[in-house]
Amino acid sequence: MFRPRIIPVLLLKDQVLVKSTRFTDHKYIGDPINAVRIFNGLRADELFVFDIEASRNNRLISLDFVKNVGEEARMPFAVGGGVRSIDDIRRIINAGAEKAVINTYAAQNPDFIKEAARTFGSTTIVVCIDVKRKSLRGQRTWIMGGDVPTAFTPKAFAKLMEKNGVGELVIQSIDKDGTMDGYDIGLIKSVATAVDIPVIALGGAGKSEDLNEAYQDGHANGLAAGSLYVYQSKKRGVLINYPDRNELIFE
Amino acid sequence: MSSKLVIVDYGTGNLSSVRRSLDRLGTESVISSNPAEIAGADKIILPGVGHFGTAMSNLLELNLLDALNEAVLVKQKPILGICLGMELMARQSEEGNVSGLGWFDAEMVRFNISDKQRYKIPHMGWNKISIKKDSLLMQNISDLSEFYFVHSYYLQANNESDILNETNYELTYPSAIERDNIFGVQYHPEKSHDAGAQLLKNFVEL
Repeated sequence: MFRPRIIPVLLLKDQVLVKSTRFTDHKYIGDPINAVRIFNGLRADELFVFDIEASRNNRLISLDFVKNVGEEARMPFAVGGGVRSIDDIRRIINAGAEKAVINTYAAQNPDFIKEAARTFGSTTIVVCIDVKRKSLRGQRTWIMGGDVPTAFTPKAFAKLMEKNGVGELVIQSIDKDGTMDGYDIGLIKSVATAVDIPVIALGGAGKSEDLNEAYQDGHANGLAAGSLYVYQSKKRGVLINYPDRNELIFE
Repeated sequence: MSSKLVIVDYGTGNLSSVRRSLDRLGTESVISSNPAEIAGADKIILPGVGHFGTAMSNLLELNLLDALNEAVLVKQKPILGICLGMELMARQSEEGNVSGLGWFDAEMVRFNISDKQRYKIPHMGWNKISIKKDSLLMQNISDLSEFYFVHSYYLQANNESDILNETNYELTYPSAIERDNIFGVQYHPEKSHDAGAQLLKNFVEL
């Protein structure tokens, strides 16, 4: 039986692993490569690794770092951070990642996604849509690590990305990031029911019931989380962990 | 040891993860797009991610079709196709409507899903395989093991005896095929933890 993927998200800042709350207040977690080794041992389904300062600093995620992840990871992994050219994607894939994740540049130049999907195949290209509520005007897609708003609603942007050939979407709630009080199910559902490609929920997961809710009610195909897999509990003592599949029921 | 395992480089996808998985097994391999080296290989892995039509034209441009046919059909060397590498072993694909290597009497067709909320395309993630026949490739792999899949087209086999594994994604389809020295898996053993490592070990030890 097919089941949703459970995906730990590793955030990289100054070459170390951190965890944010609402995209700020970055707490030191540890050594990213050590985390990858632990997730190997825990048989994680897949990993996402994001350099959260790359776009802001106008550079690509370190390729040496991607290579080091690739040396260790025995599961698929996707990499994001400052991707803005076909050559960037090629270098990330050659360094060992399965997929490149694009956020800022996808909104700045939506046609780039067409070229990327044509060159590498849809399944290699992931777009991460960062979403924040903007006063009374509802939710919008934000870029540059959550610094800059765009005019795109999450749903409109998701449909445009699907049309341009992206293989899957990550829907990340900035408002929920690090809160551990549950996914934004309404947001996830509104996007997941609007597109035919896989949608991965991110932002807010704090317990395994949240994963089930995003799958059942939000129609997410992948369940990603940061805090849940790097903290022991809401008290936020660092402990890399991963759910026991037998305890999760996705039916 | 002089047995030579060649990973075919034809400009698609992530070869390094296949290479690393073999390294972990202590198996030497070479990545090559050289026709003579491929024709002279003892074992071949044909990986691949991407577009069927592009892949076939790359094989043609690199002059690799004759080399592959010689190694696989004439010299009967074992070959393992992974994902797109398996797909290319079919007669043809709806993706680009082009002919494949034609080693199996089979076609690649696009998933036609009814429940589009539940079954998104691409089929991306972990899914179970059921083992349909005895095979050295399946040694020490339990029935219903999970493997990592990424694909939008599935194989329709005209010879049931070619089917090695089946998987369900709204419909049940062949997720691995085998005939004589030719093996193809739709999933990615190089990214499938222990079961995947075991499968590659089985292929190396054939």
